[in-house]
Amino acid sequence: MRISRTLSRSRVTVAVSTLATLGLLAGCSEGGTSSTGGGKKDGKVTITMGLFGVMGLKETGLLEQYERENPGVTIKAEIAGDEQTYYTALQTHLAGGSGLKDIQGIEVGRAKEIVDTQADKFADFAKTEGTGHFQPWKLNQLTTPQGRVLGLGTDIGPMAICYRKDMFQQAGLPTDREKVAALWAGDWNKYVETGQKFKAGSKDSKLAFMDSSTGLFNSMIYGSSEQFYDKDGELIYDKNPVVKEAWDLAAEAGSSGLTAKLRQFQPGWDPGLANSTFATTVCPAWMLAHISEKAGPANKGKWDVAKAPKGANWGGAFLGVLDKSPVKAEAQKLVAWLTAPARQATIFKEIGNFPSSKEALAQPEVSGAKSPYFSEAPIGEIFGAAANEIPAEQVLGRKDGTIKDIFSQGLHLIESKGRKPSEAWDTTDERIRKAVG
Amino acid sequence: MGAPPGPGAAPGGKDRPRQRRRNLLHRLDLRGAPYGFVAPFFIVFGAFSFYPLIYTSWISLHKVELATMDLMEWRGFGNYTALWADDRFWNALANTITIGVISTVPQLLMALGIAHLLNYSLRGSTFFRVAALTPYATSVGAAALVFTMLFERDFGMINWFLGTFGVESIDWEGDKWPAQIAISTIVIWRWTGYNALLYLAAMQAIPRDRYEAAAIDGASRWQQFLSVTVPGIRATIVFTIVLSTIGATQLFGEPLIFGQGPNGISGGADNQYQTLGLLMYEEGWKNYQMGRASTIAWAMFMLLVLAFVLQRLIKSATTRSRTSQGIRSGKR
Repeated sequence: MRISRTLSRSRVTVAVSTLATLGLLAGCSEGGTSSTGGGKKDGKVTITMGLFGVMGLKETGLLEQYERENPGVTIKAEIAGDEQTYYTALQTHLAGGSGLKDIQGIEVGRAKEIVDTQADKFADFAKTEGTGHFQPWKLNQLTTPQGRVLGLGTDIGPMAICYRKDMFQQAGLPTDREKVAALWAGDWNKYVETGQKFKAGSKDSKLAFMDSSTGLFNSMIYGSSEQFYDKDGELIYDKNPVVKEAWDLAAEAGSSGLTAKLRQFQPGWDPGLANSTFATTVCPAWMLAHISEKAGPANKGKWDVAKAPKGANWGGAFLGVLDKSPVKAEAQKLVAWLTAPARQATIFKEIGNFPSSKEALAQPEVSGAKSPYFSEAPIGEIFGAAANEIPAEQVLGRKDGTIKDIFSQGLHLIESKGRKPSEAWDTTDERIRKAVG
Repeated sequence: MGAPPGPGAAPGGKDRPRQRRRNLLHRLDLRGAPYGFVAPFFIVFGAFSFYPLIYTSWISLHKVELATMDLMEWRGFGNYTALWADDRFWNALANTITIGVISTVPQLLMALGIAHLLNYSLRGSTFFRVAALTPYATSVGAAALVFTMLFERDFGMINWFLGTFGVESIDWEGDKWPAQIAISTIVIWRWTGYNALLYLAAMQAIPRDRYEAAAIDGASRWQQFLSVTVPGIRATIVFTIVLSTIGATQLFGEPLIFGQGPNGISGGADNQYQTLGLLMYEEGWKNYQMGRASTIAWAMFMLLVLAFVLQRLIKSATTRSRTSQGIRSGKR
């Protein structure tokens, strides 16, 4: 199924690029029409959206609901599976000034770069009414020093630990989520120690305690308000004690055989979920949708969610509107609607993406939410508590996404290639300098 | 101007300018028209190939980021010297060469064998010819995806198959040589049939009587293949080698999809299968350093030029020595 989709998409690409070439050769006679795809015609409005991953806007039927409630509005959403691919294309389109959509999704790791280099290309939400319901730090992440708000927040990523009750039981560990959380309360070191206990007690030597050391690394660094850059935009990844501590612990977990040597969202991880090869994974709220989809109905009820040692925010996204969109006002209205507390609550209830809106948090359908797939875990309560532990300030850096990728590769060198942690650190350090220099 | 020529004008004088103009038009038609006919291609070539080439070289002398293409910082040949000193470049070059060799050599040898077999009169030969071309018609993306699943470490079919013989599962993506071999397999699978058909077309142009003569002389099929077929299609073999060299230098899609995601772009956690094409992509579209990406593009271009100059030199050297030997032994 995946292949046939790829095929037809490539066929479409060929057709589109042929048309585009012909269009170029014809001398761009269109001239005045919009370059963002949307537009107004005979009183009907078309709004185009570029999204990535599972943002939950289309998946939960919200776009259709908006179309029903606003006759004459048509929304066309294009969703890229992989954020890296999506952002690369967005960069190219922004640089070239074509191929853009009226509304573009922005991942939090890219927010700072957008603020620094593309601020003038996005419409300002500062004067849009009813945007006071967001977590202040969420709104600040995409606000320029001049006070222009370049987009509104969708979800955030408070973290917990997803674990397999059946595997904990066979290893002689408690299975109740309160007791499990108590195993590692307040300290990530205890999480790794629990892993050692798991390994010692497990009757199946092939089972790993966690999927990858990268998840652990991410959750540790994102519990601090500064990771790779400081407030002035200076690179501090090599001096920041938080990063060093996270690296050391992740390296220890990786080199002592506690991990399944997988890389999250890479080939092998999904089959690992489906075939139950590891017992825990650090899971931001948005990952629940992925786990339940890939682990499949066979593993329903075997998974549970426990509180993580410390609160942290991993990921999240925004919706921005292109300034030169011909339907700018309509698109901004749609974004405000999609990110309103009620919609954020719906998305959380349906697929688990955690709201970035303070007001949404207070709604009973959020605070009281339970996940049937994860043994009826009170995810509203768990993630809500984790969200409160997120540092009130989140410093973003320009190349956060790139640096995170390089770190995860460095950890992979230790994990599956048996490289010494100090050697892997040197390699990582050199790669980062080359990538951002 | 406009005054009619007087009756006393010299005969024929009235026609001479027109005659000259007609001559000029005729000459223009004769000499100029071919240029007119080839012009569209060269205009398109100039706009879409030559101009980007020059612009890329201009960019390669600067520090430029993708998000801010209008801000260029002059670096002179700084990008080139940095590239020369960068071990990632040499690593990528070495990978490109090794993957190129382990994909091209078996591919062309197999293509030669298949073409030779197809050259016999077979029942349903059209079917086999179309079948040979099918992998070539498959998109890189689809092929690489399927192979990625086959070569998966924990649940892939190939490791499962090897496991039935007691072989421990191989980390096809994570280890250097397995990864390069797996990528080469995709390349070989896609291009063998294509090259086989090229060889087949060339083989069919070899006169039948040569084979008959060889058969009368008592040559076996293998001897016929070596001394009639291979010399008969030498030009095509050189052509496929040139094509495969260009293809191998630009190898990109297969390793990118094989690694999937950020890992594919850097050619594995240890850059163990990063080719020059991937390194260029990484610099340009992951690190957004367009200047450095352009530098790699030019380095690749110059490598190809170098490869062809070398090939020419070797060719002329070998033909010279061969002809002189031929004269000495009185064969030619």
